[in-house]
Amino acid sequence: MTNPKSLRLHFWSTFFVGLMVLLAVVIVRRFTMGLGAVSNLSDQMPWGLWIGFDLLCGVSLGAGGFAVTAVVYIFHLDRYRPLARPAVLTAFLGYLIVIGALLVDLGRPWNIWHPLVFWNPHSVMFEVGWCVMLYTTVLFLEFLPLVLERFGYKKQMHFMHSYLTPGLVIAGVLLSTMHQSSLGTLYVIVPQKLHPLWYSPILPILFFISAITLGLAMTNVESFLALRGFGKKLEADLLRGVGRATAVMLMVYLVVRIEELIVRDALHYAFAFDKASWFFLAEIILGGIVPMVLLFMKRVRRNALALSGAQFLVVLGIIFNRMNVAVTAFQLGTGAEYKPHWMEFVVSMGMVAIGVYAFSLAVRYLPVYPEGPLAGAKPKDPFVELTH
Amino acid sequence: MSKYALLFDQSLCIGCGACEQACQSEHDQKPHKPTKLDHESYTWVESLSDGQYARHLCMSCEDPTCVSVCPVAALEKSSFGPVTWDAKKCMGCRYCMMACPFGIPTYEWYSTNPRVRKCDMCVHRVTRDLPTACASVCPTGATNFGEREAMLKEAKRRLAANPERYTGEIYGEKEAGGTSVLMLLSKPAEQSGLPDNVPQQDLPHLTWNVLEKLPQIIPVWGAFLGGMYWLGARKEAVAEAEKKERGGHND
Repeated sequence: MTNPKSLRLHFWSTFFVGLMVLLAVVIVRRFTMGLGAVSNLSDQMPWGLWIGFDLLCGVSLGAGGFAVTAVVYIFHLDRYRPLARPAVLTAFLGYLIVIGALLVDLGRPWNIWHPLVFWNPHSVMFEVGWCVMLYTTVLFLEFLPLVLERFGYKKQMHFMHSYLTPGLVIAGVLLSTMHQSSLGTLYVIVPQKLHPLWYSPILPILFFISAITLGLAMTNVESFLALRGFGKKLEADLLRGVGRATAVMLMVYLVVRIEELIVRDALHYAFAFDKASWFFLAEIILGGIVPMVLLFMKRVRRNALALSGAQFLVVLGIIFNRMNVAVTAFQLGTGAEYKPHWMEFVVSMGMVAIGVYAFSLAVRYLPVYPEGPLAGAKPKDPFVELTH
Repeated sequence: MSKYALLFDQSLCIGCGACEQACQSEHDQKPHKPTKLDHESYTWVESLSDGQYARHLCMSCEDPTCVSVCPVAALEKSSFGPVTWDAKKCMGCRYCMMACPFGIPTYEWYSTNPRVRKCDMCVHRVTRDLPTACASVCPTGATNFGEREAMLKEAKRRLAANPERYTGEIYGEKEAGGTSVLMLLSKPAEQSGLPDNVPQQDLPHLTWNVLEKLPQIIPVWGAFLGGMYWLGARKEAVAEAEKKERGGHND
């Protein structure tokens, strides 16, 4: 019990259990006393951390699911196949967590199925609701072969792979195209309420491109975490390829983003050096240009630790973008006062913790990686592993 | 265009609060003096710094943003004018509150079965051709009820008769594409606690412009993806067959 590794493990499991207890308390409070008792949401700020982080970021983080499966199954880049299952797993868990967070955020969550029967095709939220429901089903079916394989249903698994997977992957890309972009469209209807550095009539296009970028970056971050946690071998050559693709996507995103600001004559807000300007510059430079340049550098891509670090910056940058749209830009545009309540953080962090825990269980007991289930694998020191 | 509208003449409001009281009793609420719009105050007479007053209530847009954004069609625009909310449909996503250009809908934040609360333009009265509670009690003629055409005409008549009393703007004639509440302002909107940045056209077309393109984009995108899959699969099959053939020759 005295070696530092088990101490670290002890710390994390205590932290996890503590967080789950807090989460349970907050959820009981929310359902007995109302949203006001656990959040700083108000009539002026009806959407806060939960929509910004849990919904917008949660869905975007799952974009790797459709991006990687498209690369492997539609564009037949077979060598990336080892990345497909972890990406599908992340997306599936991510969407389940989004739905879980929505059950906390919605005022009347028992009516969450209402878009199925009460239709309003003019509502972006109606479209998002349908797509998320359908895509979660698609992700479940894409995830199913892992379970079938694990329990020896080889015939059924091969049937799914040869007959269902192509259709499922195409359906997944179409549904994702719609709802990833539509999360941006949600804000197209409030031109006067978002700061001009973040409002854009092409928010759907920006959200779609950046979601793919984020999804690709996440596959790298996950691999890194799997290495840390389970001593899984890093698919270094594949991740280099993913790094190049991320750099290109990020470049396209940044060009579209900046060009659109110039066309709308809004770029000057970036150099006002007020709160909006600093948030924007941090988002674009630290979370965009810096990781893009790093990813274009061969030296960085060759060092797995530096590569993973750059990809982590991409993830942070796009998460920051979503938070800026949902919270910063809305506050600056409307003057609404809002600082997330600590209980809001408990819910968001609790959801992430559940996701990470579920992911580690799946990795341990299901054939997520080509090596098979990782239960019993010896954790290695990631830094030794990475710098060799 | 909906049938009825309210006309509020700011220059005639004396801040007596009769409309607030009438509104509260009409909606079975505890009598109180509102200090803002909230879940039990559907209208609020704001006392401005220079002794003038401003009235706040749902503007009942002609093409309401809230109706357009609601994923479950819980909000509805009546042809009589009111915009109403249906408790049976709502799932509590609060997109209506996010999207409303006038910041009107409020929420029961401390309820376990929360409702969206806002002025319903006395829908139960208006649909029977009766004036709203607020209009029927206003002692000075500041709040008037009638057909929208007639109210707009009346506003223009008052404006022409006493141009020096007003800013010259009829708030709600063009805001958000036109509303069923018209405000003849004697102080600029911003100084009257009203948002002055509301676009002069309806907002739902902004998102509809995006959504209506999906039926065109998705089939093309789907065909492209399907085609790419087929091309790749075909290439693999050919490569496989060629390999087999070569293998055959070698034997």
